[in-house]
Amino acid sequence: MLQQIEGSLAVAKAAALCRPEVICAYPISPQTHIVENLSVMVKSGELSPCEFVNVESEFAAMSVAIGASAAGARSYTATASQGLLFMIEAVYNAAGLGLPIVMTLANRAIGAPINIWNDHTDSMAVRDSGWIQLYAETNQDAVDLHIQAFRLAEEISLPVMVNMDGFILTHAVERVDIPEQEQVDRFLPHFEPKQILDPNDPVSIGSMVGPEAFSEVRYLAHAKQLLALERIPEIANEFDSIFSRYAGGLVSKYHLDGAETIIVAMGSILGTIKDAVDELRDAGLSIGVLGITTFRPFPLDAVREALSSAERVVVLEKAFSVGLGGILSANITTALGNAPIKRYSVVAGLGGRSILRSSLVDFFKLADADEIADLTFLDLNHAVIDREISRMQTSVLPRPAAERIVHDLGHSAKAN
Amino acid sequence: MGYQPVKFYQTGSFVVGNRLLEAQDRTVQADMKRTNSLTLGHRACQGCGEALGARYAIDAAMRATDGKVIAANATGCLEVFTTPFPETSWQIPWIHSLFGNVAAVGTGIAAALKVKGRTDVRVVAQAGDGGTVDIGFGVLSGMFERNDDVLFICYDNEAYMNTGVQRSGATPPAAKTSTTEAVGAHPGADFGKGKNLPLIAMAHEIPYVATATVAELHDLEYKVEKAMSFRGARYLHVLVPCPLGWGSAPSDTIRLSRLAKESGLFPVFEAEYGEVTGSSKIRSQVPVEEYLRPQRRYQHLFRPSANTEVIAQLQTIADKNIRRFDLLDTQSQSSSGNSLADQEALQTR
Repeated sequence: MLQQIEGSLAVAKAAALCRPEVICAYPISPQTHIVENLSVMVKSGELSPCEFVNVESEFAAMSVAIGASAAGARSYTATASQGLLFMIEAVYNAAGLGLPIVMTLANRAIGAPINIWNDHTDSMAVRDSGWIQLYAETNQDAVDLHIQAFRLAEEISLPVMVNMDGFILTHAVERVDIPEQEQVDRFLPHFEPKQILDPNDPVSIGSMVGPEAFSEVRYLAHAKQLLALERIPEIANEFDSIFSRYAGGLVSKYHLDGAETIIVAMGSILGTIKDAVDELRDAGLSIGVLGITTFRPFPLDAVREALSSAERVVVLEKAFSVGLGGILSANITTALGNAPIKRYSVVAGLGGRSILRSSLVDFFKLADADEIADLTFLDLNHAVIDREISRMQTSVLPRPAAERIVHDLGHSAKAN
Repeated sequence: MGYQPVKFYQTGSFVVGNRLLEAQDRTVQADMKRTNSLTLGHRACQGCGEALGARYAIDAAMRATDGKVIAANATGCLEVFTTPFPETSWQIPWIHSLFGNVAAVGTGIAAALKVKGRTDVRVVAQAGDGGTVDIGFGVLSGMFERNDDVLFICYDNEAYMNTGVQRSGATPPAAKTSTTEAVGAHPGADFGKGKNLPLIAMAHEIPYVATATVAELHDLEYKVEKAMSFRGARYLHVLVPCPLGWGSAPSDTIRLSRLAKESGLFPVFEAEYGEVTGSSKIRSQVPVEEYLRPQRRYQHLFRPSANTEVIAQLQTIADKNIRRFDLLDTQSQSSSGNSLADQEALQTR
C-alpha cells in the first residue's frame, strides 16, 4: 500500500512484517525512530508474539540478539555510528557464530569530533566483520532490502546489515509502497534455525578453535559470503515475482551502455549523482552511474563487467581510510585488476556535509577531461586547512584543532 | 536455612557428609541419576574449584528443572577447559559468545524462550569473577534491573586466572597477583579497593541473591534449587579456590573454601528482594591466619616475619562480615575454643 511516510517508520513496518520474535535496541540518533515505532507495535500487541528488550547499551543489544538467535528466535536490532563501534566485538561474534540477525544501520559519522550526521564511516569500520552489507538508495529500497535481508540471513545463516543513510533517509518523508503481510509471508518462510540451543538435543556453540582448524572455519565464512553472492540476485528476482518490484541485487546500473566515464557510489547519494549525470548527458557527456547495493560480499565480477567498457571510473564515497584514501575505491580497484581504466577517488559528504548537485556537475566535468587528482576531498575549504597547517608549526596551540577551525569559520563568516 | 536435618559434624563446620544421611536427604551429586552436566574429559587443573562449582550448580539446576537448562558461558577458564574444539564436556545446550556479554546472551535466550512459550526451559549464565564484577558488570546490571529470567552464577576465584592471575575487582586486599605483586611498601592488592557483587546485586532488589562455597554441597545445591523456584533475575556467587592462582595444594580446595567461610572472610548468606533472609552460621570462628597461611598468595604476610598489622586488618574485615551478616552461631561458640584445628582434634577423640 502506498503511504506518505517517514523512512524510519517505513523500515519499522517492514521489519514488523517480517515477524521478528526478539527486538532489542539502545537509542542512538538517527536510529531512534525505527525502534520507537517498533516498541509501540510490540507494546500495543500489533506485533505479536515479540519480545522488545530495552537494553542498557549497544553491546548488550547485539549480545541479546546473539542469545535470542541461538535459541531459535528471529532477531532484529538497529543502531548507528558510535553504537555500532560500541557493539563491535559482538558484531564480529554474531558473524563468527553464523547467527542470522538482521540489523539496520542508520549510517552516521564517527567521532571525535562528535557528529551526529550522515556518512559511511560506521559501516566501513565493520566491513571485514563477516556481516553481509546492503545499501539502500531510497526508502523504498530500505523497506525492500529488509524483507530480503531476513530471507538471505536465514537461508545462509549469516547476519545481514541493511545500511540506510542517517537523516537523509531515516528522517525523510516520502512515498513508500509498504508490502502486504500476505506477500511477505509468502516470500519469507518460518525461521528454521540451522543450529539451536535445545535441551532435547544439546550442543555446545562457540567453542575454542585453535590453529589446527581456525583457517578452515574462517574460509568457510568466506565461502558462505560467496554463496550469498549467488543467492542475492536470485532472491531479488523472487522478490520481484511476489511484490512486482525489483529491488536489491548486487549492483544498480544507470546509463552504463557505452559510457566513457562511470561514477560509482553507494546509498542515497546515488539520487543526486543521477540528476547530475542527466544534466551532463544532456550536455553531451558520455557518463553513467554504477550503484553498489551489495558491498559485502563484494560483487567483483558484476562490478568488473559493469565497468569493462569505461575509460575512467570515479568512485564517490562517504568514508575514507585515514592515511590511505578511498575504501570503496580500493575494492573497485580490486575488481578492475590491471584493466586499462583510469581510477579516481572522491571523498564527499563527511559528517553530513551536503553534496551539492552543482559541485558534482563541476567535478564530473573535470573528471571527464581527466583534470582531477587521484584523490579529491569534495568542496574542501582549503583556506581553513592551510591556516591550520601553518599554525601547527608553532609549539603550543591555544585550543583543540576542531575548535580552532570552527572559530576560524565563524570569523570568515563575519568578514563576509 | 532448614535444609540439614542431621547434625553430626566431621569437619568443624556445620557441614554433614552424605553417608551420614538417609538416601533422600543426600546431595544431587550423591545421586547415581545426577546428570553429569559437566562431564569427564575437561582440562581443568587438579583441585579446580570452578570445575567443582559448575558441576555442582548445573547438576542441581538440572534436577530442579527436570533437565531443562540452557547455559551461557563467559570467556574464561570454565569456557576454555570445557570446550577445546572439537570436544566438549557439556551435556547440556551451551553457548559461549564473549567475555563481557554473558548476562545479555542469557537475556536473549530467555526472551526467545518466552516468545516461543517455552518457559519450562530455564537459563543459567555463568562467568568467573572478571566476567562478572569487571568486564561483564554493565550487562549484568542491565539484566538485573530488567529482572530478566536468568540465574547468573559467578564462580569467584578472586583474580583473572585464565590469563595468568591478574588482579580483578574481586581480588581481596593483600592478595598477591601478577599485577599486585608482593613488592614495595604495601605488598599484594590494596586495601579499600574491590567490590562486593552480592550486595550490589541486592541493591537491584532482584528476587534472589545468595553466596555459597564448594565446601558446603548441601547449601550450594539448596541455593540453586531455591533460585530456580523464582522467576526473574537471580544471582549466585560461589567461592571457588584456584590452586594455581592462590598457590594452594589441589587437595586443599575444599578445606580452604571451608576456612574462608568459617573465618568470616567469605560470608555465606541469602537474600530475597534486597533483604538478607538468612546466613550460614560459623560453628566455631577461625582466625583469618588459618585461612591465609596455606596460600602462597599471602606468603608475604608470614615470611620472613609475620606482618601482624596487615593480618589484623584482614581480621577486621572478617569480624565486620560476621557482625554484618550475623554469622556466628552463639550456642556452639560458647562451648569450645576458637581454632578449627582444636575442633578437628575434638572430633577425632
